[in-house]
Amino acid sequence: MHSMKKVIGSIEFGILSPQEIRKMSAAEITVPDTYSEDGYPIDGGLMDRRLGVIDPNLRCETCGANYKECPGHFGHIELARPVIHVGFAKTIYRILESTCRECGRIRLTDEEIEEYMTKFNVNEARKSEIDALVTEVYKKARERMVCPHCGAPQYQIKFERPTIYWEIRRDEEGNEYRHRMMPSEIRDRLEKIPDKDLPLLGLDPEKSRPEWMVLTVLPVPPVTVRPSITLESGIRAEDDLTHKLVDIIRINARLKQNIEAGAPQLIIEDLWDLLQYHVTTYFDNETSGIPPAKHKSGRPLKTLAQRLKGKEGRFRKNLSGKRVNFSARTVISPDPMISINEVGVPLVVAMELTVPEKVTEFNIEKLRKMILNGPEKYPGANYVIDPQGRRIRLMESNKENIANMLDIGWTVERHLLDGDIVLFNRQPSLHRMSIMAHRVRVMPYKTFRLNLAVCPPYNADFDGDEMNLHVPQTEEAQAEARILMEVQNHILSPRYGGPIIGGIQDHISGGYLLTREGSYFTKYEVEQMLMFAGVDVKELPKPDKVENGIEYWSGKTIFSLLLPKDLTIWYRNKLCDDPSQCEPIEKLIEEKLVPSEEEIRKVATDGFVYIHNGKLLSGAIDKKAYGREDGKILDIIVREYGVERARQFLDQVTKLAIWVITHKGFTTGIDDEDLPDEAKARIREIIMEAEKKVQRLIEAYKNGELEPLPGKTLEETLESKIMAVLSEARDNAGKVAEKYLGMNNHTVIMAKTGARGKILNITQMAAMLGQQSIRGKRLYRGYRNRVLSHFKPGDLGARAKGFIVNSYKSGLSPQEYFFHAMGGREGLVDTAVRTAQSGYMQRRLINALQDLKVDYDGTVRDPTGIIVQFRYGEDGVDPMKSWGGKTVDVDRVIMRTLIKIREKG
Amino acid sequence: MTAKKTFTIFDQELVPEHRILSEEEKEELLKRYRVKLSQLPQIKASDPAVQALGAKPGDVIEIKRKSPTAGVYYYYRIVVED
Ligand SMILES: [Mg+2]
Ligand SMILES: [Zn+2]
Ligand SMILES: [Zn+2]
Repeated sequence: MHSMKKVIGSIEFGILSPQEIRKMSAAEITVPDTYSEDGYPIDGGLMDRRLGVIDPNLRCETCGANYKECPGHFGHIELARPVIHVGFAKTIYRILESTCRECGRIRLTDEEIEEYMTKFNVNEARKSEIDALVTEVYKKARERMVCPHCGAPQYQIKFERPTIYWEIRRDEEGNEYRHRMMPSEIRDRLEKIPDKDLPLLGLDPEKSRPEWMVLTVLPVPPVTVRPSITLESGIRAEDDLTHKLVDIIRINARLKQNIEAGAPQLIIEDLWDLLQYHVTTYFDNETSGIPPAKHKSGRPLKTLAQRLKGKEGRFRKNLSGKRVNFSARTVISPDPMISINEVGVPLVVAMELTVPEKVTEFNIEKLRKMILNGPEKYPGANYVIDPQGRRIRLMESNKENIANMLDIGWTVERHLLDGDIVLFNRQPSLHRMSIMAHRVRVMPYKTFRLNLAVCPPYNADFDGDEMNLHVPQTEEAQAEARILMEVQNHILSPRYGGPIIGGIQDHISGGYLLTREGSYFTKYEVEQMLMFAGVDVKELPKPDKVENGIEYWSGKTIFSLLLPKDLTIWYRNKLCDDPSQCEPIEKLIEEKLVPSEEEIRKVATDGFVYIHNGKLLSGAIDKKAYGREDGKILDIIVREYGVERARQFLDQVTKLAIWVITHKGFTTGIDDEDLPDEAKARIREIIMEAEKKVQRLIEAYKNGELEPLPGKTLEETLESKIMAVLSEARDNAGKVAEKYLGMNNHTVIMAKTGARGKILNITQMAAMLGQQSIRGKRLYRGYRNRVLSHFKPGDLGARAKGFIVNSYKSGLSPQEYFFHAMGGREGLVDTAVRTAQSGYMQRRLINALQDLKVDYDGTVRDPTGIIVQFRYGEDGVDPMKSWGGKTVDVDRVIMRTLIKIREKG
Repeated sequence: MTAKKTFTIFDQELVPEHRILSEEEKEELLKRYRVKLSQLPQIKASDPAVQALGAKPGDVIEIKRKSPTAGVYYYYRIVVED
């Protein structure tokens, strides 16, 4: 391929003049038909061979090329009478209103003209300012009813959509009458406007003379733009544009005949209007005020504007978004054994997607082997490119020949190999983590495999989700993907400066089972889990205890093997629900900074994590360790030991947790919600008390004893008090349930460690569902003065308005079930509405922000250099690299320094 | 006149400090950011702060804002007619 390289300096838009239209035209089109009987294009018809060809057997009569190479050429139609271009109808009206009907000058005094001209030229005004000035000029000129230049009186002009103009004139007796301004009259007026007045009307005289807005010649687009299609039945169907052009030519010819025959003015004007209609709908078939032109079948025609407009239009469908090669799409499934920055690629995909690799003396043998394998045998190659740039398809028949010819300077499009860099994407691509670079792992079966820790950034699950994969084709693209886009570079989110990639669900539960107090493992187990997690240790640490001659290691010791050797951190985790438990150890650490291990052991608690020099001395692992959003350990490792170390840590720790959870056994069933009878009795009591309280509130309200809260009516006061009582009742019931369900209960483990679900979910399963609500209010809609016909009208009690005393386990009564469905519906509607709204907001935001960039001087500017921020984000800090929004974490710097000093002596 | 209460917007907590730049400072600013006057953000002459300062179109205003991320943040706007 030999293409000429040119650089676009700038683009300017203007209006085509009749001369230009004729100049670029290859042929005048006069015949309102396409093909002759024998199936060849008619000369002078809409498929004229001079406009290009779509038939593979014909050659273009303008450039001589065949249908593949000929770009197509414009033709033209000479209109018998001028017509208005709908796209400019408003502009024409504006110009007519602001210029003199006699001399064509703008209706401003010379002084005003001068004043505005200087404003135009002053400090190279912005587009918006020019627009504002033009409207100001228009408003001023329109008001002036006498021309300041020739003194001619002006008449008011009425515009009737889409293309009719009236002048409100006065006869000698002073009676008003309406004069229809035909396009030819309008064109004459526009012609009179001198070039020097045009800038004030917002026009550039060189590129857009106003009279060009009234068409005398109509360009006919090339055949290639409106190809006819041959249906299976052999019937040729023409493009909508061609249909429209046929109409135009037909009416144009009739109009011409009638004019030449000297037909009455009335008939001529009717035909003229008809021509105007056809030209108008040719441009835009959704013009308001006129019926759209229809196909024989009744389907409205898709004309020029319809081709461009909207989501399916040329801009949004074909220009802003394009289809690409070297991509694949299939269902995704999980693989906890691959690294977070890997992606499992099915063999069939790996054999279809290729990477162009240049032949060097270092890889020639490898590539030769791949060529000999050919396209059918993995790892092979599909194409080679010789030094002349010819692309040769590899086949069984030619592969040996090509392998012999292969030399340095050739390029081989080889199959995807393990370690190749690819881009992996899941729609909707809402943030930059929606497309990340992964390394290929070619695998059997037909799904893409990904590590579970990268599900959150993609928002992926495995209920049938599909994802896309793209193969960068140049070394530059591959390097860029590797450096900027690889998964480990995105562990921290630019949204909140914390990890968005981290352990999820069983990774958290498993981490807890491993590290909680009293969790010990035999030598065999330790070896197994370390091997599984891919942790390379030369020697096991000393066992933590020996019982009956058997050595045991604590989970904390094993976990510590994964940590960087000088990592020190402490924090309260999610398990610390009683602050008094955590305070002693926190105080001890903060006072001593380097406390001895014995001291720590005395105050150690699962709720407070203390890691000193890579040793987990206190606390159990939960979501706050390496979970997404608040994984503190992960966060520190990324910042202080780099992304590669963080990836290694995450890979190992998730696998370790998975080993533990699979070997300890972890499940949840209905018996996790079993409560002893005394607990159930206590919950019943709580419900009864709450209902009594509600009854008392209602009594008080009915007796007028209720004091309204500030800013609330009596009814609102009652409602909010009832809501408070009922929500307290649910909380108390939850607390009862919680008291009887301990950390041996798997559901509770999941909720408390943050692996999955909240305590509230347990409450609703075991104790009671509580109040159902719509828009934060108790349920009230349904029948007149009651929600369901099972209650008395006007019943304000708890149960009548959506309070559910049953739990998911005990089962809901029919009324409760209906209330629950009512409340649940709101959630569904909300999510549906929210996604639609946020999608639109996203589009608007992207349109507004896409071209802004941070310059090398730290300013944020638009493409024309206009400053938006003098310093990016006011502080110039990359939020991804900030400490939860702050530039540096001074406390941590001080702490680390102090520890270093104390440790030395 | 005497009975009229005087109201200064700059006494308000939420109104940041505004200041007209001198010609030299203006030059300095344009040089520092390598911009033309037309590339600066704008502020209308009818803006209450501009009126209180008595700034004319063409003047550059320095606005000293409190910033949650940077402490103090300076912003510059050119006064334009509205
Ligand atoms: Mg899904
Ligand atoms: Zn051609
Ligand atoms: Zn005049």
